[in-house]
Amino acid sequence: MTRRIVAVSAGLSEPSSTRLLTDRLLEAADRHVTAHGEDVAVEVVELRPLARLIADQMLTRFPSGELTSAIEKVLAADALVAVSPVFSGSYSGLFKSFFDNLDVGALDGTPVLIGATGGSARHSLMLEHAMRPLFSYLHAAVVPTAVMAATDDFGTTGLDRRIDRAAAELVTTMLVSPGSASSRQGGFLPAEAEQREAGFTDRFDEVTDFSELLHRASS
Amino acid sequence: MEFGIFTVGDITTDPTTGRTPTENERIKATVAIAKKVEEVGLDVFATGEHHNPPFAAPANPAVLLAHVAAQTERIVLSTSTTLITTNDPVRLAEDYAYLQHLADGRVDLIMGRGNTGPVYPWFGKDIRDGIDLAIENYALLRRLWTEESVTWQGRFRSPLQGFTSTPRPLDGVPPFVWHGSIRSPEIAEQAAFYGDGFFHNHIFWPMSHTKQMVNLYRRRYQHHGHGKHDQAIVGLGGQVFMRANSQDAVREFRPYFDNAPVYGHGPSLEDFARETPLTVGSPQQVIERYGAMADHVGDYQRQLFLMDHAGLPLKTVLEQLDILGGEVVPELRRIADARRPAHVPATALRHAERVAQPETVEV
Repeated sequence: MTRRIVAVSAGLSEPSSTRLLTDRLLEAADRHVTAHGEDVAVEVVELRPLARLIADQMLTRFPSGELTSAIEKVLAADALVAVSPVFSGSYSGLFKSFFDNLDVGALDGTPVLIGATGGSARHSLMLEHAMRPLFSYLHAAVVPTAVMAATDDFGTTGLDRRIDRAAAELVTTMLVSPGSASSRQGGFLPAEAEQREAGFTDRFDEVTDFSELLHRASS
Repeated sequence: MEFGIFTVGDITTDPTTGRTPTENERIKATVAIAKKVEEVGLDVFATGEHHNPPFAAPANPAVLLAHVAAQTERIVLSTSTTLITTNDPVRLAEDYAYLQHLADGRVDLIMGRGNTGPVYPWFGKDIRDGIDLAIENYALLRRLWTEESVTWQGRFRSPLQGFTSTPRPLDGVPPFVWHGSIRSPEIAEQAAFYGDGFFHNHIFWPMSHTKQMVNLYRRRYQHHGHGKHDQAIVGLGGQVFMRANSQDAVREFRPYFDNAPVYGHGPSLEDFARETPLTVGSPQQVIERYGAMADHVGDYQRQLFLMDHAGLPLKTVLEQLDILGGEVVPELRRIADARRPAHVPATALRHAERVAQPETVEV
């Protein structure tokens, strides 16, 4: 079974140091999955080209165009890598909007590695004070090591060690987690990945019978 | 097939003039629009229920519908929607049965759960109970309409001992009920369980989503033994703006679209029209788009259009209704009649038909 790791990268410039960090985290994760003797497919969702569609979805509540397939990739991932530049003491608004648009429960139990880039190491705690609570709220399984890459870090060896450690944690969590996409419960309906495995072509193929709804309403 | 309009009663500034109608003007305009629906040969007028600005839709749709009933002869009066969650089912049973008598049976209802969260606390309810309220309240409403003496106990209102809801439904037959849901599969299941209609207001949603919701209802309708899946009673929302020349329609509607509540200041008119049922163009373009809806969801029974929103002036709305009733709907009727197999009902049963063949009501 091939594991799917998807990175969401919210860098805005081109080239982007956020994307650079994202790629290095994915390389490391790829290496660790392979070391476990498993197959892995990695993919990056860049938010910059989706910016207008993300704003549209805030208003219309449904995704359109390329954003639809980007969200599907994220929902189908066995693990996520989420990387944002630090803006005004937090992740970027674009990064937040992408996750705000997901359905409730979309990331339940998903292993997530969080990372950020910024001008100096003084921004490091953003990951602990802003991004980790975001994913905790979403009931994702955030791994203990978060990776901050300040501009200076790209010229040091310490960053490599942190990347490696975080990627190892992500892969371990993914490989043992019962909460990955393949077994996630979506509340009223089975998770979409689970439905796909069962051969359902429509996410409403299985439905709670009304007698149970009646019973539930009155109890 | 039935065609009509539904209004949400929004009071919106006309972006082309900067003028905002008064509540009185909006309410009187709504009555004029309802009368126009009958005049141009449409079948249904439905009004929303709202409890907050900027809406001047009635808090109790039966008030407006009774007024319209007195000034029309033929059209069906409906709701879009009646809040089954926060209204007391006893009042719903009484008010809509009374309306049935005034309107000689020209009444049906679409049940909904409201468009704003605070409506729950305003009426002493908890939004987290939304689905449970819809299920319990409707189950009680059905009993109040079909049983003379109701002894009942539930979670959300005080118990009833030998209670009789008055007046009794006209000819002993309650109004036909649709259940409206955009996203909740539980509500599609509820409609299917009772063999009621399912109204999917997909005006802000792509067809892929609409198809899933309608298919769920159809499959469960058959599962619960009310008929074949294609005999289930389906209604859809719609949104159009027309001029003889499609460029004129786009030019005239664009400022209303760009500033509209809900989707304004977001996607372009062109993008939104591609993704949702919004169609802005010539009457022929509307006929082509809506004539093909049944290709996606199967033959359906009711098509309601949102025509009077986003600050469009009354004069424009009445012109739109002239085009809709005069040029578009006759053609859509012809297309629907031609493609519908004989075993598929053309409309939900009207009052007289329901009296002639009363349903067995399971409780």
